[in-house]
Amino acid sequence: MSTTFEVNGKQVTVDVEPRMTLADCLRHELRLTGTHVGCEHGVCGACTVLVNGEAVRSCLTLAVQAEGSQVTTVEGLSNDADLTPLQKSFRKHHALQCGFCTPGFITTAHALLTEEPDCDADRVREVLSGNICRCTGYIGIVEAVLDARQHYKK
Amino acid sequence: MKNTFIGTPMERREDLRFLRGRGEYVDDVAMPGLLYAVILRSSVAHGRLVSIDASAALKIPGVHAVITGRDMPGGPPIVPMRLQPLPEFKPFEQPVIAHDKVRYVGEPIAVVLATSVAIGEDALDVIDVKIDELPAVADWTVAQQNKSILFDKLGTNRSLVFESRKGDADAAFAKAPYVRRERLRTGRHYGLTMEPRGVMATWDDAKGKLTIYGAAKVPFFNRRILAAQINLPVEQIEMIENDVGGGYGARGEFYPEDFLIPFAARHVKRPVKWIEDRRENLMAMNHAREEEAILEVACERDGTLIAIRGDVHTDMGAYMRTNGAVGARNVCQFLPGPYRIPHVKIDSSLWMTNKTPVGTYRGPGRFEANFFLERMIDMIAEDLGIDRIEFRRKNLITAKEQPYKVATVQPTNAVDEYDSGDYPAALERALKEVNWPEVSKLQGKLIDGKYHGLGVVCFIEGGAAGPKETARIEANDDDTFSVYLGTTSVGQGVETVFAQIAADALEVPVDRIRHVYHGSTAYVSDGYGAYHSRSTVMGGSAVLDATNNFMAVLRQAAGKKLGCAESNITFDIDKVTAGDGRSLPLRTFAGLTAEGEFKNHKHTYSYGAHIAHVTVDARIGRIEIVDYVVVQDVGRAVNPLTLKGQVIGSLVQGLGGAVLEDLKYDENGQLLTGSLADYLLPIATDFPNLRCFVTDDHPSPINPLGAKGAGEGGIIAAGGCMANAVANALQSFGVQPRQLPLSPGYIWELVQAGQRKAAE
Amino acid sequence: MKLPPFEYACPTSLNEAVALLVSHQGEAKPLAGGQSLMPMMAFRVAQPTLLVDLRKLNDLRGIRIGADGVRLGALVRWRDILDDKRLETAHPLLKAAISHVAHYQIRNRGTVGGSIAHADPAAEMPGICQACDAVISVIGKAGARQIKAKDFFQGALTTALEADEIVTEIHLPAWPATRRYDFQEFARRRGDFAMSGVALYYDLEGGKAANAHIGVIGVGDHARRLSKAEAVVNGNAVNEALAVKAGEAASAEVEPQDDIHASAAYRRSLTGTLVERALLAAMAR
Repeated sequence: MSTTFEVNGKQVTVDVEPRMTLADCLRHELRLTGTHVGCEHGVCGACTVLVNGEAVRSCLTLAVQAEGSQVTTVEGLSNDADLTPLQKSFRKHHALQCGFCTPGFITTAHALLTEEPDCDADRVREVLSGNICRCTGYIGIVEAVLDARQHYKK
Repeated sequence: MKNTFIGTPMERREDLRFLRGRGEYVDDVAMPGLLYAVILRSSVAHGRLVSIDASAALKIPGVHAVITGRDMPGGPPIVPMRLQPLPEFKPFEQPVIAHDKVRYVGEPIAVVLATSVAIGEDALDVIDVKIDELPAVADWTVAQQNKSILFDKLGTNRSLVFESRKGDADAAFAKAPYVRRERLRTGRHYGLTMEPRGVMATWDDAKGKLTIYGAAKVPFFNRRILAAQINLPVEQIEMIENDVGGGYGARGEFYPEDFLIPFAARHVKRPVKWIEDRRENLMAMNHAREEEAILEVACERDGTLIAIRGDVHTDMGAYMRTNGAVGARNVCQFLPGPYRIPHVKIDSSLWMTNKTPVGTYRGPGRFEANFFLERMIDMIAEDLGIDRIEFRRKNLITAKEQPYKVATVQPTNAVDEYDSGDYPAALERALKEVNWPEVSKLQGKLIDGKYHGLGVVCFIEGGAAGPKETARIEANDDDTFSVYLGTTSVGQGVETVFAQIAADALEVPVDRIRHVYHGSTAYVSDGYGAYHSRSTVMGGSAVLDATNNFMAVLRQAAGKKLGCAESNITFDIDKVTAGDGRSLPLRTFAGLTAEGEFKNHKHTYSYGAHIAHVTVDARIGRIEIVDYVVVQDVGRAVNPLTLKGQVIGSLVQGLGGAVLEDLKYDENGQLLTGSLADYLLPIATDFPNLRCFVTDDHPSPINPLGAKGAGEGGIIAAGGCMANAVANALQSFGVQPRQLPLSPGYIWELVQAGQRKAAE
Repeated sequence: MKLPPFEYACPTSLNEAVALLVSHQGEAKPLAGGQSLMPMMAFRVAQPTLLVDLRKLNDLRGIRIGADGVRLGALVRWRDILDDKRLETAHPLLKAAISHVAHYQIRNRGTVGGSIAHADPAAEMPGICQACDAVISVIGKAGARQIKAKDFFQGALTTALEADEIVTEIHLPAWPATRRYDFQEFARRRGDFAMSGVALYYDLEGGKAANAHIGVIGVGDHARRLSKAEAVVNGNAVNEALAVKAGEAASAEVEPQDDIHASAAYRRSLTGTLVERALLAAMAR
């Protein structure tokens, strides 16, 4: 089935089975391997991408459901020249170790901070509770997101 | 220049790619002509494998082949043990694929090769497997009855008993004024990694060469195993370590798939990739931690510990895996922990059951040992009317007693000693950080409907396993250096930490270390890997040796080029200079390389204390952490930023094992926790109030860095600490937790039992 | 855990959607947010031959608030409920319950219609529907009909929906400003399914509770009201003693199950404690 949508600002058309998830489509059809697959049943959050600005689990979304949407992956929230303020904050606070869950945290945090740049620690933890990290124990991640708020305030 | 990168909390190089989603994990690696492997696994826990009919599967378009044990000439090879490979264990080792029997839910039965994973899974649904079911051995007590035997010819389900001995425990017990006996158990859980496992193999028929992607932890050892199983010289196999999404002891051991996938690639002469899914991972990655202890502790009336004796029973699952015996061995050798117990007699039995086989998980056997002894200490102290802090102070090994010999374990003749450290000082530091005089007033108090409790425990962490590690330094063509490691990355930050070590050793700015390469077998002649908290000590010390050797060959080469004596050559950041001032840039020597190694047969012992302040809602069994402090002395911290990350990360894993994580089976050996909705991992809202303090007051005398392995200290004491905190909180009910995890239902039951007892 | 094969359609009208369901004779399923259906398909415990994607049926979105109460279109998402400030007064119990649903990413996709059609015994929305006497509108090949909540939820993952029927709207009756309410649940972690959860409200008549509605989730095979516990509350002033009595009645009334997260005995006790605490919290508002 042919589906057209926008990924990181660029329009793409893919021809995939209906059963292909958006996660697999991004990773294997579009070779955007920054989005990771950790569970395929909607619990771990490693596959989080933004669809029309909202954080969603791409393993629970069919590629064909993305028709007409704007999808943003971790690659779309990055640039070659430098780390973004959010990424710098993650690095400063040692908010990652093996890096596997990290793209999911970056997309989720970006969505949260864009909508709620004044969120407090409890809200940050609540929103991040949908992303599992096995390495860091979360303390550094929460600190990084809180420290990044300043860059999202108007 | 005299550097001090060691000790600096540097930001990590690895982050630059991970934060951008540019890490390359094994599933990110593309390969033309790839076939995907999907594994058919047993859904029966114990039975005779009668037949496998894949004819319907082979008819599905896109299914290329279905491989079973019958395709392996001479039968499926066996996976040999890597650690404690005793002859007694040999009959219990696992064949790479089931052939006559299945012994656990999840055991591989067939490998489907297809053009997509989805098609491969469609094929699984139509493969007809006939198994004559046998009674399942559901736990160690059933195993002990020896009625249903996993390995028929052996007549027993016990693969071995380790014996841990020191002094004369029986004599000591005979005259001890006080003895306390308890039965305690830790629940089954495991080092689940966010990236499931994966293997990709390519076979070059012309060169007769196998290339394996997805290697981790111990690639050199695994290469030797595979070479023997698949009948290839070691030089014809290359193992490539990509980025690795966590290890924790579980990833990187040699699993059945580490043979099956390369075998498949050579069998069909096409590249084959297997990526584990989460459903599989729960039943196929090494399980851990399920131990039951029946122990007696003897002491004086004033609380001085005299002796410990008893039995520990480990539920090993269906087969002895490469490092499966480690937990059972550690628990009996290190049950005394940081405490002075002159007499030790513990027998540690390994029982085979129809469950997923067991391997190591961060702090193997030590997490269990800490829970067992620390629970007993609190109970004994209460019984004798002794303050439990005083009890610990009295019995902690002091600095002047170091090195301190521990019990010897047979039949492996494991002799060991703690290296250095002031264990009481770490306890004092933790007490200071929580303001013990104030916070201790809350013990057992009911405030706003919740009971407050404090847990205080001490721990040691063994690290730096030998025998050896290697490293290589090479000059690049841009006046920089590359470092190649025999140890591996599991996400702990080796690219940064080793750059710091190398930069200090070479006395160059850290950005002159262009890259640190790790894991792959092509980088060094021989390597060992990342396990037992060894990378910094073993790998770091190997880097020091490599830089010494490199400087020697650099001076030799420079001497020749500059026509002067080697002793007149000096090296400064990016150039070599002769005595008369003539110099050459480092890039002149691009390609110049030297290896180094560090040999070691002693372990380092990092140590410390945990204090937890919790509240318990006794009516519903809910625990919340108000404050949790870890103090850990690491000998010498190379990168304090990443080190703290290890402590906190390790701690949260431990809290998961203490409160949430539980692999549950029913009496038929069916795994009930089949998804992440059932196997509960810590999330960001669970344990927010954690603090850690890392000290380096007592360097290790056994390595040139003075460092001690420190990645496991956070996890080791978490179970004992939380259980003691809950007991302290619920003391008015007489609650004594004797098992982990501390689920709400379990706490509620303890409170109910306490209330019933009080009513009698 | 790749999905099994299926056909996919994305109709632009409800009638088209119903016709598609009919065409696959009970083997087709509507797809809303997919947050419950996709995991079941990933484990291959659900293998529909056709998924009928409802996302183009924009008439099913929208929260309408009027004199007769709150009408949630079936495709209203959890986040839409949490973002709608009107609901703070129009239906605070709904808001309180939904804040416990799952996680941030799931709340951006999961829908009220999908949740009640799936009917997990521990889900919050069925609990709200039962506690508040919701009326559920559905449409199928036989036309449109209304189903009362107590008839809609029949068992674990089992509802009164026919294979060709789609939920179109959930109607919650009007909420008086003076109503007392509370929602309490206890799950292993934030966002997990409740081991027990209570949604309750009562009105005050002459200082005494009346019209008590106590709904429970996570206990037994579907959300339900606890009529015996309600009877203990009705006609009495709500105080600590009454809360304890009501909790005990609730404990006795439920028929809990054993599972890997909690025993039946624990669930029974937990339910009683939550009813007691919810009543006290409602009283204190």
